[in-house]
Formats: sequence, C-alpha cells, structure tokens
Amino acid sequence: MKRRHLTLLANALVLLLLYGIGGVYFKNFLTLRVFVNLLGDNAFMGIAAIGMTFVIISGGIDLSVASVIAFTSIFIAQTVHDGLHPWWAMAMALCLGWLFGATQGWLISFFELPPFLVTLSGMFFARGMGYIVNDVSLAIKHGVYSQTIRNLAIPLAKNVRLPFTAQCFILFILAGTFLLAFTRFGRYIYAIGSNEASARLMGVPVHRMKILIYALSGFCAAASGCVVTFYMQSGNSSSFVGLEMDAIASAVIGGTLLSGGVGGVPGTFLGAIILGLIQALISFHGNLNNWWAKIFIGILLFLFISIQQLLSRRLRAAR
Amino acid sequence: MTRIAAIAVFWTCLLAVLYLLRRQRNVAFWPLLALSAILLFNLFFTPHFYNLEMRGGHLYGVPIDIINHASKVAVLSLGMTLVIGAGGIDLSVGAVMAIAGATMAHLNIEAGMAPGYCILAALATGLLAGMWNGFLVAIMEIPPMVATIILMVSGRGVAQLITSGQIINFNNPVLNFIGNGFILIPFPFILTLVVFGVTYGVTRGTALGFMIEAVGDNEVAARRAGLSAKTIKFLVYVFAGLCAAVAGLVHTSNIRSADANNIGLYLELDAIMAVVIGGTAMTGGRLYLASSVIGAILIQALTTTMYAKDVSPVVAPVPKALVILAVCLLQSERVRRYLADRPNRAQGRGNE
Amino acid sequence: MRQEPLLTMRGIEKSFPGVRALKDVDFTLRSGQIHALMGENGAGKSTLIKVLTGVYPRDGGDMAMEGTRIFPSSPRDAEKFGISTVYQEVNLIPHLTVAENICLGREDRAAGIIRWKKVRERARKALARLELDDGIDVEAQLSDCSIAVQQMVAIARALDIDAKVLILDEPTSSLDEAESDELFSIMARLKKRGMGIIFVTHFLDQVYRVSDAITVLRNGQLVGEYSAAELPRLELVARMMGKRAEEVKRLEKRAAVTTKSGRKTVISVRRLARKGSINPIDFDLNEGEVLGLAGLLGSGRSETAEVLFGVDAADAGEIEIDGRATKVDSPAKAMRLGFGMLTEDRKYSGIIPNLSIKENIILAMQAKLGPLKKIPPRQANEIADGFIKALDIRTPSREQLVKNLSGGNQQKVIIARWLAIHPRLLILDEPTRGIDVGTRAEIEELIRKLRDEGMSLLLISSELDEVVRNSQRVLVLRDRNKIAELAGEDISEQRILHTIAQ
Repeated sequence: MKRRHLTLLANALVLLLLYGIGGVYFKNFLTLRVFVNLLGDNAFMGIAAIGMTFVIISGGIDLSVASVIAFTSIFIAQTVHDGLHPWWAMAMALCLGWLFGATQGWLISFFELPPFLVTLSGMFFARGMGYIVNDVSLAIKHGVYSQTIRNLAIPLAKNVRLPFTAQCFILFILAGTFLLAFTRFGRYIYAIGSNEASARLMGVPVHRMKILIYALSGFCAAASGCVVTFYMQSGNSSSFVGLEMDAIASAVIGGTLLSGGVGGVPGTFLGAIILGLIQALISFHGNLNNWWAKIFIGILLFLFISIQQLLSRRLRAAR
Repeated sequence: MTRIAAIAVFWTCLLAVLYLLRRQRNVAFWPLLALSAILLFNLFFTPHFYNLEMRGGHLYGVPIDIINHASKVAVLSLGMTLVIGAGGIDLSVGAVMAIAGATMAHLNIEAGMAPGYCILAALATGLLAGMWNGFLVAIMEIPPMVATIILMVSGRGVAQLITSGQIINFNNPVLNFIGNGFILIPFPFILTLVVFGVTYGVTRGTALGFMIEAVGDNEVAARRAGLSAKTIKFLVYVFAGLCAAVAGLVHTSNIRSADANNIGLYLELDAIMAVVIGGTAMTGGRLYLASSVIGAILIQALTTTMYAKDVSPVVAPVPKALVILAVCLLQSERVRRYLADRPNRAQGRGNE
Repeated sequence: MRQEPLLTMRGIEKSFPGVRALKDVDFTLRSGQIHALMGENGAGKSTLIKVLTGVYPRDGGDMAMEGTRIFPSSPRDAEKFGISTVYQEVNLIPHLTVAENICLGREDRAAGIIRWKKVRERARKALARLELDDGIDVEAQLSDCSIAVQQMVAIARALDIDAKVLILDEPTSSLDEAESDELFSIMARLKKRGMGIIFVTHFLDQVYRVSDAITVLRNGQLVGEYSAAELPRLELVARMMGKRAEEVKRLEKRAAVTTKSGRKTVISVRRLARKGSINPIDFDLNEGEVLGLAGLLGSGRSETAEVLFGVDAADAGEIEIDGRATKVDSPAKAMRLGFGMLTEDRKYSGIIPNLSIKENIILAMQAKLGPLKKIPPRQANEIADGFIKALDIRTPSREQLVKNLSGGNQQKVIIARWLAIHPRLLILDEPTRGIDVGTRAEIEELIRKLRDEGMSLLLISSELDEVVRNSQRVLVLRDRNKIAELAGEDISEQRILHTIAQ
C-alpha cells in the first residue's frame, strides 16, 4: 500500500515540476485550456495505456495495440464510407478488438507461448489486416462526426470545452480504476502477475483470466481507435507505429512493474499526462527539439525502473 | 542451356546440403527447408527469378537482391543470437543502429572527419550502448526486456540529437561503399559473412560460446560450476551493440543519409524473428549462428517473393505474423508433447 | 476418537512421466486429530497432499469425506469439500495486502463491487480467530511482513472458510521457536474444536509434541500408520530411513574400517555459520578420508555443504586451508581452493540439460581455465571418453544431450565434471538419490577409490547405511547444530539413530 503511494507521489512531483517549469517560462501554460487540450490530445494513447496496464500487471505485454488502433480507425472509416452508421461501425470494431485480444490470450495461455512473440505476431497481423481494409488515409464524412461529436463537448468555462475524446479518456480512467480496485477480476490480475503458481493454488482461474485480460487490452485498443477517428476525423492504416512503446512507457513511469503484480490505472494516467506534458512543453518552447522528449522519457524510465529495482532488491536482501 | 544447368547444379547442391543437415539432425535444416520451399515456388511461378547477370564485374539478380537486403537483419540477428542464447533479449538494437548511423554521418559532414574515423566512432557508440544494456542487465539485475526498453525508447532521441533532427546526406566513396559496394557480390553480404566469421570465431574459437549456452540453459548450475554469469551476460550485450552498429552503418550507407527516425525502425523485431525462426528458443541455451542468418534470409525471401508476385506490399505483414506464430507453436511444449505422443498413441491403438 | 473417520484415502496411485510417485497409499484422518505425515525427500508427502487438494488428479484409489466419495478437481474445489491447505513455502501473493490475501476469491461484494471495509473486517476476524498476541496490520503488503506473519496469514486464509480438514505442509521450517510455539497453541485450539489437521514436518520434537497419529511414507509407499504415543522415537526414525525396528536392534556394527590415525588435516572449518541455515559449526577434513554428514532433512546437512562451497556466503567463522584462513564467497573461489561439489538437486543446480555429455563434463574445467583457453576439441573428447569409460556412463555417444540420460548416468556425468578438475575436497550431496541399485554400488565403489587415492570427501546422504558404510568419521546434525562426531568403531546406524532421536 505504502509503496504504491510512493510511486504515485513521485509521479505527482514530476508532474508538478514539469508544470512549474511550464508556468515559469511560458504564460498561458497554467490555464484550464492547456490542461483540457492535454487530456484531449493524449486520450487515445492513454486509453491504450490503460489496457496495457492490465496486461503488464498480469505479468504479460501487448505489442499489438498500435496496430489494432490503426486497424480500428481504417475499419471505421471504410465501413462508414460504405454506408454503415458510425455507431454500428464502432460497436463492430470494439467486438473485433475484444475477439482479437481474446485470441491472443488464448494462444498465450493454452500453448504457454511467450506473450512477447504472440503479440508481436498479432502486431504484424493487425497491421496487415488494416492495409487490406484500405491502404490509404480515408476521411470520415458523416453527421455523427461533423456534428454530434462536436456537440457532445462540455463547456467548462468561457471558450474552454471538454472535448468528447477527453470525456472518453476520463470514462476509461474511472472504469479502469474501478475494475482494478473494486472487483474480484482486478484482484485476480494482481495475483497472477505477482505469483502465478500461488494464484493457481489459491483457486484463481488463471487460464480464463488471461484470455479476459488480453481481450480487455484488445478492447481498449479498439476503443482508442474509435477515439482516434473522433480526433483525426479520418482513418489511416499506417499511423501510430511505435505507439505501443508510449503506452508501455506511460504504464512504467506510472509505477506499473514490468515484471508484474504492481501498478494501477491512476499511475498510468499520471504517466500518460507526464509524457503529454513533456511534448507540450517542448512545443511551447518552440526552439527545443522533439528528440529531447524521447531522451527525457528514457531518463524517466531509467529512474523509475531502477528505483523499483533497488527497492525490491533491498526487500529480498532483508529476508 | 547454361542457365538450366546452373539451376540444376544449384538445386543439387541445395538438396545435398539439406540431406546432410537432416542426417546430422542440424537445426538449420528447418529454416533451410522453408527457404528451399520458397525458392522452389519461385522456380515454377516467378519468371526471371533465377536470372543472374554479370554487369561490370557485379552479379545482379533477384537472389542477389535478397541476400543484399537480408544483410542488415542477418548482422543484427548474429548479436541477438548470443543475447537470446544467454537467456536474454535486446530490444534496443534498432535504436542503436540509428545512433551509429547518425554518428557516422555527423562526423563526416559536420566535423569533416576521415571516413575511417567516422566508422570507428560509430562502432564505438554501439559498444557504449551495449555496455549500458549489459550494465543494466548483468549488474543491476533488471530483467532484460525491461532494461533494453529504456534505450529502445530514448535511443532514437539520442540519434536525433546527434543529427540535430536533420536528415544528413553524405556522399563519400568509402562510406557509400559499405551499403552499396560490390565485390562480385554486394558488400553488405560480404560484411555479413565477415561478422558471421568473427562471431563464429569468438564463440567457437574460444570457450565463450559454450559458456553462453551453459548460462542460458541453466544459470544456477553454471554458477555452481564456477562460471561468472555476470561477465558473460555483460559481454553478449556489448557484442549485440557492436553488431547493431555494423547493421546501422550498412543501412545508413545504403540510403546515403542518416535518417534518425527511420534507420533500423522495427528491425529489432525482425532480428528476434530471424533468431527464433533459426531454432533458438526464446528461453536460451543454444547458439545457432548460421541458422539465424538463414532465418534472416528467409524473412527477406518471403518479402521479395511477395513483391515479385505482385502481392500488394501492404499485405506483407500478415504472412510474417503467421510465420512467427507457426514457429512459436512448433516450439511450444504442448504441441511438441502432442506431436511426440502421436506415434505412441497410434501404436497403443494398434496393440489393442 | 473412535467415531467415523473424517477423511479416508485408500489405495491412492499417482504417476508422473517416468516416476511412480504414489503406490497404493492409504491415509485416515479423524476429527479432533493431529496427524503427522512423515518421510524423507521423495517419500511422496507433497504429492499425496496435492492429490488430496485436487492440484493433481489421482490415477487410482478412493477418497471420502465423512463417508462421501469426493473427486476434488482444483484447490478451490477441495475447499468446497472442507479441505483447506497451507502449502509448503507459503503460497500467497507477495504484492497484495494481508487482507487481500486472506480474502482472495472470497471478497464480500455488493453488485460485483468489493466492499473493502467488510473485507478488512473479515481479515481481522480471521486473524483474531488465531488469537495472535501482536496485532497484524491487515493493510500491510504481504512481502513487507516477516515469514512468520506470512505463515499466520496463510493459516488464517485456510481457516477463513468452513474447513473440516486443515493441511499444514512444513509450516514450521522457517519459523523460530517462539513462532512455532504460537502455531502449536493454535493447532491445539483447532483440535479442540474438532478439526482434523494433517501436519507435515521433519522436526521430530514437534511431531511428538503435538501429534496424535503418525503416518510414514517412503519412496511413494505407505510404511505404516502408528499412534504417536506407542511409537518410540527410535522406531520412527528407523522407519523413515527404511529400516524395520527389529532390524535396527540387530544391526551389527559395520565391518570395521580401520581409521589410520595421523592423517593430514587439509581443511579446518571454524565456527562457520549462516543465519537461517546453520549454527556455528567446527570440523576438520582430512586427506584420504570420507567425512559423513548424517541428520534428517532440515538438520543443516546440505546447508553446511552449501556454505562451505560458497553458494551461500557465511556470516561468520572461517575456513582454514593448509593453515591459512580464507573466506569462500563464491563457487568459483571454492574451485580455486580445490573444492568440487555435487549438488543435491540434480535438475535445478547440476545438469545443463541441453548441452552434451562432453560439454557437461568439461564445464568446471573450462570455467577454471577461463574463456580464452578453450580446451581443444580433441582433448575434450579424450577427457569425456575417459570418464565415460572409467565411470561406465551408459550412452551411445559423448554428444548425447544430458537431459536424455537416466538419473544415474546424469549423476555420473556431474561427478566426472568435478573429477576433471582434480579436486582435493569433493563434496557429495546425496550422490545416490533417485538412482538405481547397480549405479549406486558403482558410485560407492568410486567414493572408496577416490578416498584411497588421497582425496578428501564430504558425504551427505539421507540413506543412513550409505553414510555408515563409506565414512571414516561422521558428524551428526540436528536442528542446524552439530550434536555428535563419531569415528571408527563408534559409527553404526544404531548409534546415529539414537543420537538423532535423543
């Protein structure tokens, strides 16, 4: 309990520091509008990161999320283009994401295959399937997109509206937090990631759980794909290459242990916001270059990973 | 006529090699068999596939293209074989390629250094990157996948830092030669053979290969037999970093520019695939160097064949996915047990 | 006590590929009974428990709870029948809190939402039922708790359901005396309430302190069921070691092996200790002599060897070699001093399964030479062939993978690995475990030969007769302490058994 709070605290500190830097150097940085934009711009990555958090806590990894996002976006764009109503298209895409993830989970659990290779294969598969649907960027022209989504934005203050994408993000954060903290499903995920053999002996249905966990990650990736279409108003089968790494980084910076058993959605949310904030700071600065973001993320990753490593090593040594 | 004879000779040799590998129960048999299947398919269905031509002392043709393009992944896969053989994994090699390429181009264009020094400096960056990974895995005892993700994420940033975010174009005969030169066959492939020779020499000429296998197969037992698992693990990451730098030089030289965003992008995954296809299990314990190189060529042959058959390039990832999955399944205990049990079960039925 | 048994197991059979782990085993538990399940390693205790709790499906036999046949298919299923288990080496989730561990899978929920307040209350109640003096913080992360607390948490979890049968698989192996006492008073209270408790342990004192009945297993077979009050300690030890009581009484002193006095001491061990494995111990190892280590499982026999070989560094004491004090902090260091060690668990820390016989044999030698001085292939072949012949390793070729050999031949390969570096001290931890009789004789013959050639050997075995037959001196260990040192004429099975049982 205490250690979990410690990483959250460290995250909050980094966040405050970044905000402080932003506030000192740029005016307008500490405004509600910047924060709302931060939420909206990072919504799709954040939602995928939430799914990733579930998988990583269970001791696995899912490399397929970026491809699934791209597939979903082009799938929706194409089906809407072909005359399907957007809401139906999204519902179908979510089902496909769920099924895709469940299949990966089944392969991992039933054949005892390494998650890394199975989801790597899934990554190529989903990417290829996206290209098969359509290999060019396709704009989505439908009333739902041009009107409904925009009208759904909630006015917060003068000239500041909370976009629908940010609303989706918040919804997923709440749902994910709830699922991990207040359901038996959540407890089982931690149990499997912390010690799979013990979990089995304690009566956790490990096989079924693994399928569900990867299905959930596939679902989150598909939902993230839907959010992408709101954000971009188009679908593209070749975009977001490498996004899975951002999702993993968000989770890890947010205190989720890549070896499993530790982590949470609030942490991942902070991690995602930290990543977004770094980008925002760099774009505000204008002269600073984009690569500093990658280097800075790397440094953060190193710090968080080694702190956790030292903590767990000291704990082992103490015994 | 001579062409038909040449093809016949080639296939006879190939079949002989296959037969020998099978008899020795060599792991390379399986990837080579798969490669042969692709070549056989092309023999019948792709006209001009086997057309080799000599032009100006260079050999041209589709097979030559395949080995040329497979070189980057082949070099990477040699380093990766050692890492996986020692029970680890290195996700950062693609990013390290970008760093090495950026260093080379930057020093040549911005600092005006002689190509030889540029190349040495680029190799040094690979060495450094490898030492960093080795430090995290062997000394800090961070799980390999976690440790190498750090450099995977930030490495491209470092490369962009070196190039100042520019795509640095260069045009130096020596540097161009690395990725585009020919000495009868493409220089990148010659480089692959050299790296293969060095790797083979280092692992089999000394006892290092044997020690890597022992540590990868049963680290506890290896330590109890007096091996320094730490040193060995450290060394394999350093070597993988060096291989990544070589692959990065080839890639950068090939496109005559250092593009930090795209050099080596996703090649770490191809390298891992090549190793796994080559028969090295992800759990470590065995080094199959030649087999990994064949794995790399197999991946490229598959891609090239699909291009040749006008399969839309966009579909290319799908067969790749299926190949990985198939190899994984073949290596899965559960499937193996099933396959191993089948004859017994059949016998059992026969007896009843 | 004479009512209908609570739990009966009859003719239980269980095989794993290549091993028949349980052969026709019977077991009966009555309510209000503490029933000790005893036996050496590989006796089948853990397998029997895993069959009982549904971790392994049974191959044959019958199980009944209060007269009703049961077929538990998983630990959770077994819980439904009222069988609750605390497995060996605390099987809990380290990253979850105490309360979460106690209630995992049984959380109080309202419409699917876990009610944490109730969960914590339930956990507190479950712990309160154990009447522990010091309160355990139910919100502490389990991995932050001491092993003793973790053990209590595991028991609290097991008792949180309406259990009729409680299984405790070696619950005290990591507890100190006060903690064990606490556990025993809990067990006594549970017994009073009519619960049946199956208690697996290797501490004899504890067995006699708490249990009513004792069932002894050996090599997967039932040796017998006894009333604790009627089974003398000596007889229990004898049965665990595979001897009949009459046999023990009749046991003659072994054929006298004259101990040549005035042997040169090679290694002196002075106050060597490591917290949690061995208490300070002294002994000498002489040239051309076999020193036996006798004791039951958990007495510190393997731990002594591991500290000596540098697998686990010692916290205190020193090792004197040729009159010079040194510290051994790694196997590599031990090898430089001329030690070799055949480890107890062949699979875990002995063989490199996917390497060939040849490679396994030259491993230690190569490690000593370093990576750059590769043993030339021809020499490696000669060494391998030499040992294959000398030790009669049965294999079609030296290139055969070690995982494909039988246990006995694997053992010979590892012995060859150590002989290849010509050690002055060879530690043999259970050299004949899981090995057929013929190979066993060959290995004993080899031990005698090496001794005659002047090597110093440390022999650890749970087979008492093996220790007696082959040792010139024997250290008897109990509860991590050296309790006796026997030499020459004094070495006999009877004497050792008496010493352990004292």
